[in-house]
Amino acid sequence: MPLAFSPDAQKKIAETRSRYPNAQAACLPLLHIAQEEFGYISDEAIDLVAATLALPPAHVWGVVTFYTMYHRHPTGKHVVMVCTNVACMLKGGYDVLAALEKSTGCKAGETSPDGEFTVVEEECLAACADAPMMISGEKYFLRLTPEAAVRALDEIKRLPPDHGHA
Amino acid sequence: MPVTLAEMPKIVTRFVGQDGSNTIDYALEHGTYARLAKAFAMQPAAITDEVKKSNLRGRGGAGFPTGMKWGFIPKDAKTVYLVVNADESEPGTCKDRELLFWDPHLLIEGILIAAYALGCTHAYIYIRGEMIREHAVLERAVGEAYARGYLGKSQQTARGEFKLDLTVHRGAGAYICGEETALLNSLEGKRGWPRLKPPFPAVKGLFGQPTIVNNVETLCNVPAIIEKGGEWFAGLGTPRSGGTRILCVSGHVARPGVYELPMGIPLRAVIDEVCGGVPGGKKVRAVIPGGSSMPPLDEHELDIPMEFDALMTDERIKPVEVKPGIKFDLGGGKPLRTMAGSGGVIVMDETADLVAVCWRIMKFYAHESCGQCTPCREGTGWLERVTRRLSKGEGRPGDVELCASIAAGIAGNTICPLGDAAAWPMLGFLTKFRADFEARVRKDLKPETPQRADLHQIRTASATGPH
Repeated sequence: MPLAFSPDAQKKIAETRSRYPNAQAACLPLLHIAQEEFGYISDEAIDLVAATLALPPAHVWGVVTFYTMYHRHPTGKHVVMVCTNVACMLKGGYDVLAALEKSTGCKAGETSPDGEFTVVEEECLAACADAPMMISGEKYFLRLTPEAAVRALDEIKRLPPDHGHA
Repeated sequence: MPVTLAEMPKIVTRFVGQDGSNTIDYALEHGTYARLAKAFAMQPAAITDEVKKSNLRGRGGAGFPTGMKWGFIPKDAKTVYLVVNADESEPGTCKDRELLFWDPHLLIEGILIAAYALGCTHAYIYIRGEMIREHAVLERAVGEAYARGYLGKSQQTARGEFKLDLTVHRGAGAYICGEETALLNSLEGKRGWPRLKPPFPAVKGLFGQPTIVNNVETLCNVPAIIEKGGEWFAGLGTPRSGGTRILCVSGHVARPGVYELPMGIPLRAVIDEVCGGVPGGKKVRAVIPGGSSMPPLDEHELDIPMEFDALMTDERIKPVEVKPGIKFDLGGGKPLRTMAGSGGVIVMDETADLVAVCWRIMKFYAHESCGQCTPCREGTGWLERVTRRLSKGEGRPGDVELCASIAAGIAGNTICPLGDAAAWPMLGFLTKFRADFEARVRKDLKPETPQRADLHQIRTASATGPH
């Protein structure tokens, strides 16, 4: 069956579309809605967003691949964004990332074998005064040590899942 | 410093750390939106004049006078857009995120006043995609402001009816979208590629209409300027820069944090007094004064005032050199020293590996280059590779000069300042900490022999640069 937006998503899309003077401007918000709905942005999702906004699929494809937060493949239940930029690096950000990679069993950019976590090495996440840090969903984990970061994974497991996971 | 630290009012960080402060009830109880009545009784031009008088300068990093920017909107413009830049991503900067989380209604009040002054009826907030929590807070705050009739409902003003719609637009992960024209393209549903200027956004911006792009902190200052007057605000700051300044201090200090401080406070006072100095009795080795795009300062350059003009011109700061003896030219014959930028102060003590820090900065710009201009797309990746091997102690003879020549080939040759933002810190680190880099060149390697004479000439030509 071809991909389709749920009635809830369609309502959100109509409301979103009304905030902009043309359809193209709704491209980024619609891709966010699609990612929430389908978990990631597949080729079919690109076609669906393009058809919904009457845009060339190539345009939507170009947008999707330009931005880092649109996932082209299914992610784990929780996306864990770990900052390693300068302020975090000076306070042990790479040690935090290494501990998370070891504990989850996946390298940065990959999903853990149990499907729980996708670990992402991030650029500066604007919490430099509380470095090193990471984000999962709406939750911030600040002034981390490698041990605290690994302990935080248990808490993250109990958070609402990201991107279309039930 | 006209006002002491203790006397300094908290204009934009008044709610930071207060539980529940981001709800509209809390905001109303504490006087938010109360400044609207005074603003709407004024003529729009009078508001812009007040902002001009206040010497408010853009807090996103460039420090452009806000009132002057507002004045660039053509008088006969029919549709005008106000776009709020909440795409905070400059490494070391963590202030707008705090303001969005603790005090979103102050921002909305500032937007209402600015939109009225500009004749804008639909404003957009472009919030960074990674700020998932702040996006939720902001959406809720905008919903509350609609429900209470501050947004989406006609209000009586000195210029008749005024109604503002406000839309929160979420980015999706791209540092370049903090550059205003890339932001506008992203808001229009495109890849975030910067546009050539001119035309400037004030003439032809969002959807081809005159547009003002202002930073979050900039707009949060506007209600206080209307309440207490431009002169009051100007009096808080230095002669050419009004108000307070948020500095985000991270790295090797005892009390890292986000501090609203007097404009022009000496950097040494920020580190030693506000942030409790460097832990463990260590010495400061280097400080990035305004986000990672800015050339670093060394330990002898810490007595400068943290203020837009001083960091660019103060002669206590060494000019950044393209290569020994050739000073980088910022334009108008002024050598580049450094800039106040976004207020992101990163302190590094004597144990910090500055070559690794420089590599991490280059990795960032290589990752974030949008790919539009060749010097930046190729040069940032090249700098990342060379600084990476240097940081591993695998540098080759000539690598230090190579870094300088690549950086000089990027700077000034790209549509937007991202190329400069990579080149400047590279040149800054090399100017001030060259020995650290030279120590990472492997001694057992012989200099590379150029295989082709013409390639060698290209390399030499780019080293002397377009400057």
